[in-house]
Parts: sequence; C-alpha cells; structure tokens
Amino acid sequence: MSETTYVKAINATLAQAMRDDERVIVVGEDVAEGGPYLATEGLSEKFGRERVRNTPISESAVCGIAVGAAQAGLRPVVEIMFIDFITLALDQLVNQAAKAHFMSGGQLSVPMVLRTQGGSGGRAGAQHSQSLEAWLTHIPGLKVVMPATAADAAGLLRSAIADPNPVVFVENKSLYFRRETVPDTPEAVPLGRAQIRRRGRDVTIVALSRLVGEALTAAERLADDGIEAEVIDPRTLVPLDLETVADSVRRTGRAVVAHEAVRTGGFGAELAAELQASAFDYLDAPVQRVGAPFMPVPLSPPLEDGYRPQSDEIYAAARHAVHWADIEEPVPVRETGVGGAP
Amino acid sequence: MVERETALDLLRTMWRIRCFEERVAKLHHSLQVHGLVHLSIGSEGVAAGVCRQLRDDDAVYSGHRAHGHALAKGAPMNRVMAELMGRSAGLCQGLGGSMHLVDTAHGLMGATGVVGGNLPMAAGDALASRLRGEDRVTVVFFGDGAVQAGHFNETVNLAALWELPLIFVCENNGMAEFTPRSAHTKVARVIDVVAPYDFERQLVEGSDVGAVWTAFGAYLDGARAGKGPFLLECSTHRRSGHYEGDQQSYRDALEDAEWAKLDPIARLEAVAMKRGWIDEQAAQRLTAEADAEVDEAVRFGRDSPPLTAEQAARLVYASPE
Repeated sequence: MSETTYVKAINATLAQAMRDDERVIVVGEDVAEGGPYLATEGLSEKFGRERVRNTPISESAVCGIAVGAAQAGLRPVVEIMFIDFITLALDQLVNQAAKAHFMSGGQLSVPMVLRTQGGSGGRAGAQHSQSLEAWLTHIPGLKVVMPATAADAAGLLRSAIADPNPVVFVENKSLYFRRETVPDTPEAVPLGRAQIRRRGRDVTIVALSRLVGEALTAAERLADDGIEAEVIDPRTLVPLDLETVADSVRRTGRAVVAHEAVRTGGFGAELAAELQASAFDYLDAPVQRVGAPFMPVPLSPPLEDGYRPQSDEIYAAARHAVHWADIEEPVPVRETGVGGAP
Repeated sequence: MVERETALDLLRTMWRIRCFEERVAKLHHSLQVHGLVHLSIGSEGVAAGVCRQLRDDDAVYSGHRAHGHALAKGAPMNRVMAELMGRSAGLCQGLGGSMHLVDTAHGLMGATGVVGGNLPMAAGDALASRLRGEDRVTVVFFGDGAVQAGHFNETVNLAALWELPLIFVCENNGMAEFTPRSAHTKVARVIDVVAPYDFERQLVEGSDVGAVWTAFGAYLDGARAGKGPFLLECSTHRRSGHYEGDQQSYRDALEDAEWAKLDPIARLEAVAMKRGWIDEQAAQRLTAEADAEVDEAVRFGRDSPPLTAEQAARLVYASPE
C-alpha cells in the first residue's frame, strides 16, 4: 500500500497505459506541460511530445482528432480541461464518436477516453464549475464514468482506456489533492459495477463523485441518531449497475440520490425514476433528491459554499426519508436542496 | 491530360455514379430509398479523379453528398444501394443510410451529415498514419459551405501546424444549401481562406477530370512522402437540388448548352472521342453496363431484409476485442 492522491493516481495510470500500449496517446491543451492540475505531469518527458501532444484551444478539432485517430486504431486519451468546455466538442463526441459504431453497422469503433473535470468549489464562476454529466448519459454509445476515490480513478481509467467505446471520464477538481492509501498496483475496476461503501439497513444513499465522501460523513451523523445508512457509489453512470442500487433499496425501503449537479434534469432524476420502477413496492418514502439549486454556480464564496450540496443536505434528506411516515405535512427540507421543482 | 486506360476508367466510374444517382432519385420519389438524399450529379469528376488514384488503405472521409466518393473508392454498388434502402445487406447494415456511408475494407472511414464534422476526424486519421510511420494518405471531402464552420479553421490550423499527410478536397459548387456563397462570405475562393497557412493549394475546374487527376496526383505523391497538408479546390456545378425534393426556387435551371460545358462526363467523353479512344457505341456500352449494374444493385437491395430491432440494439456498443 502507498499514499497517493486522486490526480497522482490518474497520472500513474496514464503513464502505465502508455508504457503497456504504444497505441495510447495523450492529446489536449497544455498536456505536455502537465496541465493546470498536473494530471499529465511528466508524461511528455517519458514518452515524448509526439505521443503527448499539446494542442491549440480548439476543443472541436481536438476531440475530433481523437475520434479519427481512434477509428484508425490508436487509443487516444484526450483532455478537455474543464467540463464546461465540452460544449465546444459536443458535435464530435455526440454526433460522431457516440454513433460511429452503430451507424457503420459495427465496422468502426472509437476506443477513446475523454478525460475532463467538473465540480464547484474553485471560486471560478459559472463557466469553470459545472457538473454536466447528465447530458452525456443521455447519448447512446457513450460511456460515462465518475470516480470518487484515487483507487477508483486509477482502476476505472485502466478499464476506460481498454474499452473499445468512447468513454467520458469525469473527474472532480475538489478531489484531486486529497490523500488516500491505495494498493501499489491498482486493479482495473470494471465499468458498470457499483460499490457499496458502507453497509446499513435504514436508508440507501446513492452518491456521485465528490458527494460519496459527503454521504459517508452524513452516514456517521445518522448513525449517531440511530439511523444506519447504506452508501452506494455507482462509479459509472453508463453502464449503470442498477441491480446493486435497487437491491439495496429493496432492503432499506428508502433512498436518497445525491450529486453536485443541478438537481433539475440531473442524473438523480434518472436514478429516482429507475428506483421507483424497480423497487416501488418496497419504498416507504419518496426517493429524495439532493443536488444544486437551479442556478448557475455563483462566484461569491459564501454563495458558492451555500450552493454546493454537502453532507448536511444528505443528512437532512436521509432523515426526511426515514421519518416520512411521521411527517404530517411533508415539505422540502431546504428549498434549494431537496424536493420540488424550481 | 490522362492516358487512355485512365480515361476509360474515369468514364466508367463517372457513369456508374451518374446512373446510380439518377436511379436513387427515382427510388427516393417512390419511397424505396429513404431520408435526406443529396446527389452529386455534376461533380462526379472530383470523386473519380481523386478516389481512383487511392489505395484501399488510404482513408477517405466524406460528407452528406457521399455516394460518388463511396463508389469511386471501391465500395460495392449493391451494398451502397442496399444501405440507402435501409437493408441489412447494406454497407452499414442499413443503420447509416445515404449520409453516413462507411466501408472500412475500402478505406471509406466515415461520412457525416454534420457539415464539416468530418474534417477533424480526417486529421486524426492522418495523425495515426504519422505516428505509426505509415505512407497511407488521408483525403477529406467537403463543400464550400463547410468552410464557414469553426471546425474548418480549427482543423486547417492543426493540420498545417502538425504537417499532417492530409489532402483537403473542396467541392466548391458555389451553393451552401439554398444560398450562394456570396451571401455567406466575402472570400470567394477557398484557397484564399487558407492562404495564411501557406501550404500547397490550387483551384481547378472540377468538371475537367484530367485537371483534377493531375493536380491531385501531385498532392498524393507529396502526402505519400509524408508531406502535407494540401488543399485542392474543385469548382463544380450542383446539377440537382441540395437534397432530393428541393424545389430550387432560389435559382434558375441551366440551359442544356451551359450544362454540357459543366458536365464532367460530357467533357471527358468529347476528349476520348476526339482522340479515338471510344466511339459512340462504346460510350453507349459504358452507360448500359452502369445501368445494368444499378438494376442488379436494386434487386440486391430489395432482396435484403432490414435488421431486427434486437440486432440493431447489439450495435450500440462495441464489444471488447
């Protein structure tokens, strides 16, 4: 075992993939210089600037070049520095990469990984802080991965690079520099397998990315109240391991889904819909949703701190679900956190 | 000008495209060919003059007007027709259709219905050749309408910066869908748009197949040797509407005499007859052979069922190797 961080785990996995397979290339803005979070630090020194290619600020062409190179047999890992900029690459990702295998009747495949990072908390304003993963889960042909720990970042990235399909690998900037102990040689984590992070019998909390940690914190507080929460990290949104989540909800009878993205139209809505379909008869309370309010991410630190879903919201939502039967007039716990539409 | 054998091959290729597309128009009207169908009648000379010089492992990326490129690159006509008809024997098992023809066995690596969306992918293909040290060449076809899209400039910039073995082939028919080029941009010639990047480029008449052949051949030699990129701009006349069913109220039809001057087949046939390479009978035979091939292709398509929904669902994701 050794101590690492989320971003170092990504860096080490990229280096290992480039050592193992000469088809792997890394492409993106400033990647040869390490990038703003040092995810690609040292790769150009190890593997050269042909395989670790800096690009101009041309997200559409850069993503498209990765698609074309993948179709020609390389295994590009392209970096879009902030998920906010993925808007500029969406034609290539959504119209080209996602559909190439299907529309060619199986002739083409696009074994590429698009690494990007999202999340608020950086005091960077609404164009460098979003969580846009739900858009991508709406596109058949894409896979969408959201690791919450360093070990998973490494293990899932290994699987993503080996996958014959376009995989969007959504990191979270708030997680990059947290310390974590991981195995010396992390195992590949298969795409489509959720992990139960904590066992519990009273309520299931399904949390994505940064909110997995927040959910575990909330679970500690809930335990003090005598409520045992089960915390599940789906790890990949597409493919989704619904079975593990639904099994848990059938046992606990209550569910909270939590993510950093805006609640409206977020992936939690999909989870809630699937859970009511597959566990309706077991539910003792409506599925509670925790997400950001329907507002662009504000810059002002107190506003941003209030905007970001944290363990408090998850704790409150879980209690709300557990005490559902005792609540005479169910109201949202917090107007912008849980409950009705804006 | 080209030699006799080349000229005959180009004529045969152009007639195959012309007869195919004229039939496609009819089949579209009778609802046997589906969706948005864009014909290349009038620009067969570019498809033939470019693709007939390529090897199977050279890559072509095409756009929404792709039938000619596919046929000239070697895609079997019967499977192209079956694809347009949405049948399982089609190139793409009937899942792509007219705007999305792919035939990897013949290096047709993609065609996209999003104007200009093929440009970055072609650059990626060329990058793969470069990194693997291969001498295969990538060709990307696009219309002048794509030049005003942002990804055109992004791709030209990168291809020039990285000196990719990529040949841009612009079919400039002067029309972006329903509007003339002059309504979209102040820059009439595409070669002038890329001038600051200072790579080799030239404008030829697309209806002069010999000129296309010669100009493209020189660029192909260069790209084969690892140089690039290049831009060949071919002025063409779009004989048909933007798509089948387009009423074309935005322009007047050409007089026959004018069309004859812009028709790449008529032009090459005149040369071939003048030089004694073919006579009237031989010319008619070329057309008849192409028509017979189209007849057979239509039969082939009709005999093939569409995929089932279950079969299609299995093609959303690729399976591990």
